[in-house]
Amino acid sequence: MNETLIDATGIEVTYGNGIKVLHGVDVSICRGETVGIVGESGSGKTTLGRALLRLVDVSAGSIRFDGRDITRLPEGEMRPLRRRIQMIFQDPMASLNPRHTIRRILSEPLKLHGLAKTAAETEARVAKMLERVSLPAVCLDRNPHELSGGQRQRVGIARAALLEPDFVLADEIVSGLDVSTQAQVLKLLKGLSADLGLSMAFISHDLSVIRAVCDRVYVMRFGKIEEEGACAEVFANPRSAYTRLLLDAIPLPEITPGWLDSKAGVEDAA
Amino acid sequence: MADVTASPPLALPAPRRSAFARHLKAMLREPRVAIGGGFILLLLLVAIFAPFLAPKDPLEQDLMLGTLPPAGYAGAEPGYWLGTDDLGRDVLSRVLYGTRVALTVAFVAAGLAGLIGTALGLIAGWDGGRAGRGISPPPGISVGLPPGPPSVPLGALPGSRLPSRTAPPASIGWTRFCRVVRAETQAQASMDYVVAARTIGFSRLHILLREILPNVAPALIALVSLEMGIAVIVEAILSFVGLSVSSDTPTWGGMIAQGRQIVYQGWWVLVVPLTVLFATVLAFNQLGDGLRRALDPVMRR
Amino acid sequence: MTAPLLSIENLNAISTRENGAPILRDVSLTLERGEVLGLVGESGAGKSTIAKALLGILPRTVQVTGGAIRFEGRDLMTMPSRALRDLIGTHIALIPQDPQTALNPGRRIEAQLTDALRLRRGLSSKEARARALKLLQEVHIRDPERVLRAYPHELSGGMRQRVLIASAFALEPKLVVADEPTTALDVTVQKQILRLIRDMQRTHGTAVIFVTHDLGVVAQTCDSVTLLYAGKVIEAGRTADVLTAPRHAYTKALLAAGPRYDRPDSGLEPVPPSVFEALRAEIGLG
Repeated sequence: MNETLIDATGIEVTYGNGIKVLHGVDVSICRGETVGIVGESGSGKTTLGRALLRLVDVSAGSIRFDGRDITRLPEGEMRPLRRRIQMIFQDPMASLNPRHTIRRILSEPLKLHGLAKTAAETEARVAKMLERVSLPAVCLDRNPHELSGGQRQRVGIARAALLEPDFVLADEIVSGLDVSTQAQVLKLLKGLSADLGLSMAFISHDLSVIRAVCDRVYVMRFGKIEEEGACAEVFANPRSAYTRLLLDAIPLPEITPGWLDSKAGVEDAA
Repeated sequence: MADVTASPPLALPAPRRSAFARHLKAMLREPRVAIGGGFILLLLLVAIFAPFLAPKDPLEQDLMLGTLPPAGYAGAEPGYWLGTDDLGRDVLSRVLYGTRVALTVAFVAAGLAGLIGTALGLIAGWDGGRAGRGISPPPGISVGLPPGPPSVPLGALPGSRLPSRTAPPASIGWTRFCRVVRAETQAQASMDYVVAARTIGFSRLHILLREILPNVAPALIALVSLEMGIAVIVEAILSFVGLSVSSDTPTWGGMIAQGRQIVYQGWWVLVVPLTVLFATVLAFNQLGDGLRRALDPVMRR
Repeated sequence: MTAPLLSIENLNAISTRENGAPILRDVSLTLERGEVLGLVGESGAGKSTIAKALLGILPRTVQVTGGAIRFEGRDLMTMPSRALRDLIGTHIALIPQDPQTALNPGRRIEAQLTDALRLRRGLSSKEARARALKLLQEVHIRDPERVLRAYPHELSGGMRQRVLIASAFALEPKLVVADEPTTALDVTVQKQILRLIRDMQRTHGTAVIFVTHDLGVVAQTCDSVTLLYAGKVIEAGRTADVLTAPRHAYTKALLAAGPRYDRPDSGLEPVPPSVFEALRAEIGLG
């Protein structure tokens, strides 16, 4: 199971106004593994995720998906591949079309990729997935704003999983959620990932979540990779000072005298 | 929905009525929609049933009955409720028939402008870049111009049938739609649900029409109504200037032009069509404004 | 044994918008002078409502139906509005959650910092400015002159939060309400801000109420903690006690639900539905 699914080398992304956001990033993800991409705001982690999905143009470097070079693949050829590369978004309120019903949001992708030939088959698949993500069937006729935050996030997960992709990018998907909702969503995600044999890239600023979910981790800062490695290694023996900084900044839910006074973060310049 | 017990995964969302029912109710409750819309509906009925409602033939001239005042004034002729013009034609009947021209132009011109403007706006808003720039200069230029004057040269085009009457207002009106749709499309295109649609693999056309357009449409509803009001005015201006049809077919603008010339002998020939024109445009404006008010808070949840 | 600084007694509130749905159910808590209390709960638990009640900014859709909030013995719920505003303006301050929106983008920092000083202390512009400079130095801003002249958008998020902290302590309030003060900040800046709040609190002897959903923040900064669910106090006590020996099943479940980077195999345990059912029964939601 060590076959490389995604292999990105030397990724550079420059925005239209000339600002370079990624300075030569190398990332590889094997089949079945969950990789964490952690960084603060401005680290480029979100841009890296979108570059991997070919949602932003890459100004230099190459991306190989399942052995195929997709770096500059025209959109027409990219589209059939898209079923295999899916994404779950941070804000499900924004990533679900407010004017569509949940049924439509979940059914249309299935029809597009021909994963269900008849209406009955579509219904059945959607119903099964709803049950898998613990959403009540009445949700189908509702609009996104009528569901709770946790429920919306589960719709987002269901939408991605329904297409049975090879790879899923989870972009800060639990950032706005309560601890208990977060735990539910992550448990669901881990379960689905195991069932479907998914590879995942999990973007987050929260190292604690990454530790609990990912096998390997990339630490990003200012558009570059500061450190990478197996989670166990990186967390136990962080090599980069920045990684140590990130770890040190997390308050654990047990009283640690002196934590507050120990070496703090970078002095924020004005 | 602040349902604090939503943590358990099986908490149900609240029951609700269909979106259409809610929108309809909101619209009808808004006085501007009810009054403005009601008036337009009335005009619509008048236009359709003009032959049955008009007491006289609008084209029939009778020089013996020229410039007679409306009912209630000295010298009024029974049967000619709003008087006659200098050629003896019944003012009331002409105004009623004039509704046909006005409303036809309103709907067709606004419809055309809406279709063209929306289509171009969607394309421009999505790309934002090259295609967008190609489409935008005309809207930019026409920002400062009232719709009348540019329409005039267009109105001078030959032909006195419907196409030549609806083309001028539509040809300027589309820019209004284009601008609004373009801005809305640009705003929506950067939203995550559009990105999600792209990751799923929907084609650009599908995304524009099935994902973005439904979210842009509410802004258009009010705009269409306003555009209809503008179209009516433009048509009136063209008929006033004589660039529209022959003076036989009754149009409000034409009546106003005529009435202006004999205003001292028969003020009603000017005042009646002017009042009706004013009321119609006001009704369209109010309808548009009311729709915007009624639909916005429902949408903005 | 002096009377506590703040004593909330059986506070009840409902939402007028949702047919009288209860927002706070019999909430009681006490706060001594100089104490740091963590007000913890998930979203919708009612912690923001309590904070707003303390600051006198409850929205019109929230109606208090019973109980009292006694600040230095005086019940805020029954005070005339003018006296209430004076009391809150002088003795209770807020460190807001989002430094981005809490500062007026059209005014320079100096103006915003000196507002309260001039209004409530009657200081002249010069005196207020001098005091503002000292405050900025207290919050470790290296170039206070430049910051005073700056507009909010010219400062980083962490700087803005420091300015807001300075503003909160400007009038030497007796109570500061910190509403999730680090949520909108980068991880590496959060610790500094927490430390700053603690230092200011110690220097000025101010009592602080930390409104947060993060038990880690509570553990490292608060003397005592009150945990809410659906507007009801589930557990309360010294932080050390509650965290090491939680009595209520919900508290235990919450502690187990949080991921821990130092314990990869524990944490991320969703709260069992049975705990929620028991809670609902306890609260009387049925």
